[in-house]
Amino acid sequence: MSKEKVFILALETSCDETSASVVVDGREILSNVISSQVPVHRKFGGVVPEIASRKHIENVIPVVDKALSIAGVTLQEVTAVGVTYGPGLVGALLVGIAAAKALAFAVQKPLIGVNHLEGHIFANFLAYRELEPPFLALVVSGGHTSLVHVKEYNQFQLLGQTRDDAAGEAFDKVARVMGLPYPGGPQIDKLALLGNPTAIHFPRALSTPGSHEFSFSGLKSAVLNHLNHAAQHKEEANHADVAASFQAAVVEVLVAKTLEAAQECCVDKIVVSGGVAANSCLQSTLSQQAVNAGYSVYFPPPVLCTDNAAMIASRAYYKYLSGFTADLHLNAVPGLKLQ
Amino acid sequence: MVMIHTSSPEETLHLGQLLAALLKAGDVVCLCGDLGAGKTLLTKGIAAGLGVTEDVTSPTFTVLQVYEANPPIYHFDLYRLEHADELMDIGFDEFVSGSGIAIIEWADKFSDFMPEEYLRIEIMHGATPETRTIQVQPQGNRYESLVEELKKIAGSCFRNVNTGF
Repeated sequence: MSKEKVFILALETSCDETSASVVVDGREILSNVISSQVPVHRKFGGVVPEIASRKHIENVIPVVDKALSIAGVTLQEVTAVGVTYGPGLVGALLVGIAAAKALAFAVQKPLIGVNHLEGHIFANFLAYRELEPPFLALVVSGGHTSLVHVKEYNQFQLLGQTRDDAAGEAFDKVARVMGLPYPGGPQIDKLALLGNPTAIHFPRALSTPGSHEFSFSGLKSAVLNHLNHAAQHKEEANHADVAASFQAAVVEVLVAKTLEAAQECCVDKIVVSGGVAANSCLQSTLSQQAVNAGYSVYFPPPVLCTDNAAMIASRAYYKYLSGFTADLHLNAVPGLKLQ
Repeated sequence: MVMIHTSSPEETLHLGQLLAALLKAGDVVCLCGDLGAGKTLLTKGIAAGLGVTEDVTSPTFTVLQVYEANPPIYHFDLYRLEHADELMDIGFDEFVSGSGIAIIEWADKFSDFMPEEYLRIEIMHGATPETRTIQVQPQGNRYESLVEELKKIAGSCFRNVNTGF
């Protein structure tokens, strides 16, 4: 007799997106609704970016309803409710937590608190059914740049993270100064294809072997100085070259540190996640160098790179299997670290 | 007010550490300056001066980061906010009138919504990429005396300090 399927309903409201999802057995997405896809949201003339927790309050129930209806699952049929409890903005997190508690309490089902960063890593389990720990994870987004040794489903070791700006933040800020539209990451990626990545040598911070920490603030300043210097001398900076050279500096550091960490952890798989995982230069450079060195590399599809509740549901499933449930005292932890 | 010229990121960090000694619970510091001016760097210095050992990272994405120190530090970044009513949504007033030290990057975006009294610090690029001119301006009695104290300390630590005005 096959074992009963586990349906996890998960909520994610840690930052800009309000998202709800239903995932079966941690691997199969039945629905993954993100607020910007919900027409009712437009009716309210949604603010972008929707930092406002008020927006989460308006969105959260319609998004949950839609996730359940697309999945064809009733709330009573849900096995457990997962929710992001940190890291993130406290007001935003509290909306998801309050809603998840109410839903779990209403149907007397377990509540599971999920670390957003762990969720990003688990996005890959949804895209690749065969993927299992141990592996090395690079989480690289607008808010995070972290190297994590995933030893087992519930065992993580943070090897290093950024000391200042996240990689995605550097992409967005450089793009803004070059007058490119938001979000800047994909725009730089596109523009870089037309430029020479060796035209300008921008600094590679903390590139000494053995350091798993990142720093992108100095690189951001160097790019801004280059652009300011050109403007002061009434010269036209070649934006395509700047984009390509900046991107090359970011990617070179990410790839080198990832490969070094993978070797140190004695793993044979590398898993990338977060918004910057969608960057074409990072994908091609890391794939090429990692495959040459004998690693398998996994990048999630774009929809799972951004903040979404499906990845939270996948993480919640593995916590559920191990009995890591929360009680109704679960609170937001804005500065939550990896366990 | 006082103008302090720093010649390296290390000096800017050091200025933050000096400032930390003058700040107390309930104080508000508004940081202004272009992208890459060194607002987060100065905050790193203040946090280090208050005994924070963890990395102080850019709060652009999260809008607010809290550091457990004595008193706690509320590090805001208003860069991504577009409307003043979003300040209410993030609990801005509660934190700013609270029991910690509030440090607010990109405060100029919402200058009408800042408290009556605060310390305004503007970081400007200097003649070379590493140098900065840092203008510290008091708003209210509490901060006027703070700036007087800063003049005394900074005068002995930095070669290039302009006081008066």
